Amino acid sequence: MAYVAPAEVDDIELHDPQSFITKYIWSQDHKVIALQYAATAIGIGLVALVLSLLMRLQLGFPGTFSFIDPSSYYQFVTMHGMIMVIYLLTALFLGGFGNYLIPLMCGARDMVFPYVNMLSYWLYLVAVLVLVASFFVPGGPTGAGWTLYPPQVILQGTPGHDWGIILMLVSLIIFIVAFTMGGLNYVTTVLQARTRGMTLMRMPLSVWGIFMATILALLAFPALFVSAVMLLLDRTLGTSFFMPAIISMGETLDYGGGNPLLFQHLFWFFGHPEVYIVALPAFGIVSDLLSVHARKNIFGYRMMVWAIVAIGVLSFVVWAHHMYVSGMNPLFGFFFATTTLIIAVPTAIKVYNWVLTLWRGDIHLTVPMLFAIAFILTFVVGGLTGLFLGNVVVDVPLSDTYFVVAHFHMVMGVAPILVVFGAIYHWYPKITGRMLNDAMGKFHFWVTFLGTYAIYFPMHYLGFVGVPRRYYSIEGTDFIPASAVTLNQSITIAAFIVGVVQILFIYNLIWSYFKGKPSGPNPWKATSLEWQTPQTPPVHGNWGPNRPLVYRWAYDYSVPGAAQDYLPQTMSPDDPIVGGHLGRGDEKDHHS
Amino acid sequence: MANQMVTASGDVVALEPGLKGVTADWSSDQRAFKNVPWGKAMMWIFLVSDTFIFSCFLVSYMTVRISTTVPWPIPSEVFALSFGGEPIPLILIAIMTFILISSSGTMAMAVNFGYRRDRKKTAALMIVTALFGVAFVSMQAFEWTKLIFEEGVRPWGNPMGAAQFGSTFFMITGFHGLHVSVGVIYLTTVAIKVLKGDYEARGNYQIVEITGLYWHFVDLVWVFIFALFYLW
Repeated sequence: MAYVAPAEVDDIELHDPQSFITKYIWSQDHKVIALQYAATAIGIGLVALVLSLLMRLQLGFPGTFSFIDPSSYYQFVTMHGMIMVIYLLTALFLGGFGNYLIPLMCGARDMVFPYVNMLSYWLYLVAVLVLVASFFVPGGPTGAGWTLYPPQVILQGTPGHDWGIILMLVSLIIFIVAFTMGGLNYVTTVLQARTRGMTLMRMPLSVWGIFMATILALLAFPALFVSAVMLLLDRTLGTSFFMPAIISMGETLDYGGGNPLLFQHLFWFFGHPEVYIVALPAFGIVSDLLSVHARKNIFGYRMMVWAIVAIGVLSFVVWAHHMYVSGMNPLFGFFFATTTLIIAVPTAIKVYNWVLTLWRGDIHLTVPMLFAIAFILTFVVGGLTGLFLGNVVVDVPLSDTYFVVAHFHMVMGVAPILVVFGAIYHWYPKITGRMLNDAMGKFHFWVTFLGTYAIYFPMHYLGFVGVPRRYYSIEGTDFIPASAVTLNQSITIAAFIVGVVQILFIYNLIWSYFKGKPSGPNPWKATSLEWQTPQTPPVHGNWGPNRPLVYRWAYDYSVPGAAQDYLPQTMSPDDPIVGGHLGRGDEKDHHS
Repeated sequence: MANQMVTASGDVVALEPGLKGVTADWSSDQRAFKNVPWGKAMMWIFLVSDTFIFSCFLVSYMTVRISTTVPWPIPSEVFALSFGGEPIPLILIAIMTFILISSSGTMAMAVNFGYRRDRKKTAALMIVTALFGVAFVSMQAFEWTKLIFEEGVRPWGNPMGAAQFGSTFFMITGFHGLHVSVGVIYLTTVAIKVLKGDYEARGNYQIVEITGLYWHFVDLVWVFIFALFYLW
């Protein structure tokens, strides 16, 4: 007997919120969960921002601030890095934007498993609270550097080696469990819950980026999970997974036979895909911002999709380029340098396509567009220095200098954050129904954009003159010229200006919520589904009685012959506005 | 005859076999896996992720086993049980493995009866599967007790050789045992819901198969742990 498939269940059942608490606190609505994720991530991100300013105080004006001693400096470095990479960027892009955009852009009513999606947020909050708790335990948070390399991470002499590191690892484990709950939802929703007509090759690139990044995260976080469990056992039970025989402070420790390099391999097997977990959503979102605000279809859509997929696959075979100086087998360096340079190809394709999207476009220099263009510039700068560092012979002398700091801050710090800002300015009208204030936005943009260059450009120079990173103080080192000291001062001043202007951004978020100009449902005249919801902001269930029907891709801007310069994805080819011309993406096979 | 499927709107869509079918599914709308409910897809994706966790654990185990400087204890001697004074190597673990593999069989039968909507047999077979699981975990507890109290194996060291033997053993079998225990709870919950008729409203017993996926995965992982810990 032939297998008879069960009839498709069109809509998932929604748990309609009954009270204030189920509507805004224990909410299963993806939009509320997204805002909870985003608010928590931005909150903890501000903590990390303050930590970076404290570091800059010490670096710019060493010895002036007595409350910053070497231990607390290392703690600031460590917590700043860990919070920014995992608790801010990962959580904000996937938990925040992923949650908000995936169901809306795919035409779903919600994530497929809203209850688990809700648990994901609350567990994430627990992870953040455990992390924050480590600031208040005896000895303070761990100061081992965000890479948490053993053996020093759990040895006497490292700040936070007793309680701080335990809470750090526990928090990471909770975070991974929380993320997995959400990530399963994001991937399954994209694969199995799109609306009619929404083929994978009609999805906006934002969804593609977030989708691929979530797959990477589901496959990369296991390595971090395993290394965190093993490190936790080394610390608490005295096992020796990562700990070789050690004499510490004149005392032979009970450890022996472990393999510290194993931790580095596991950590970077997670750590490198993590770079793309942050970058791919940024790539996707910026593609949409450029297309909407240049009123032009994205150049080379298919190529963009395949580049995202290729980068995702390649990101799993480049991890040891973080370990050229670790003492691993030098032959590995050859392999990993090759794969690292190959990954530049799909990345360069994306950059060319962004630029070609702008070319002869009807460019509107709105605030989101400014951030998007700034992203391209910053990403190119950060990406090019990546080519330097991907080569073993160039990397070895530059390792552990400020050149590396400049590189990764440009490429995975500033660049994705610029996209985060652009995306917030872009989607804020959909979330609140009001525009963010334009003047404040432009001021915020210019100070942030120019300010970050004032911070990170000089660091390339500092790296070339050999200033080592993670040093509490460079005083008394003869090989470092005096210019490094004055540069450090100017960097610190720039950092404070950039830091302070973020307060204006937060103020803008709050002010515009009450006083902003009402935006209407589609202020940017965008085509993708989230702008076509019956209500703004969208209500629970998103679509009213019927889910939208999709006829075309998300990039029908300035279609020749059409009566308006954008054709929403829901617009039928029979609509007089279309003018008889078919846009891209609906020339084939689709029922309509 | 090609497979067909009926969508919510009543359309009959022909499903093509082979690579063409894969391409057609992935480039079509709504869902990439046509006959698959989201719950099943989600479980598969979770299992892929979990595979990476176990792989990382096992690769780490192999790495520390190679890098430690002290000889590794001989598994067939450590994991032997004496009956009438004669030690039989690996006897306990052979029984445990047999039980766990058998539980996959009863699970498969439960899935079959689930699709036939035979609630009593489905629930009974799921409970049997869960009981096999309980037996497995109990024997594992016995094995741990024997190792800890009789052989003096600790996570941080043991009298027979490399300290990493105990560390990896307790960590990985513990993590697997945790999976089995979670599976027992999961199976029992679904079995009770099947018996109560909670799934009758939709007439859909995919949940039994989804639970089965998890259970088979836990069994499969055990085969690798068994081979790498006890036979190497």
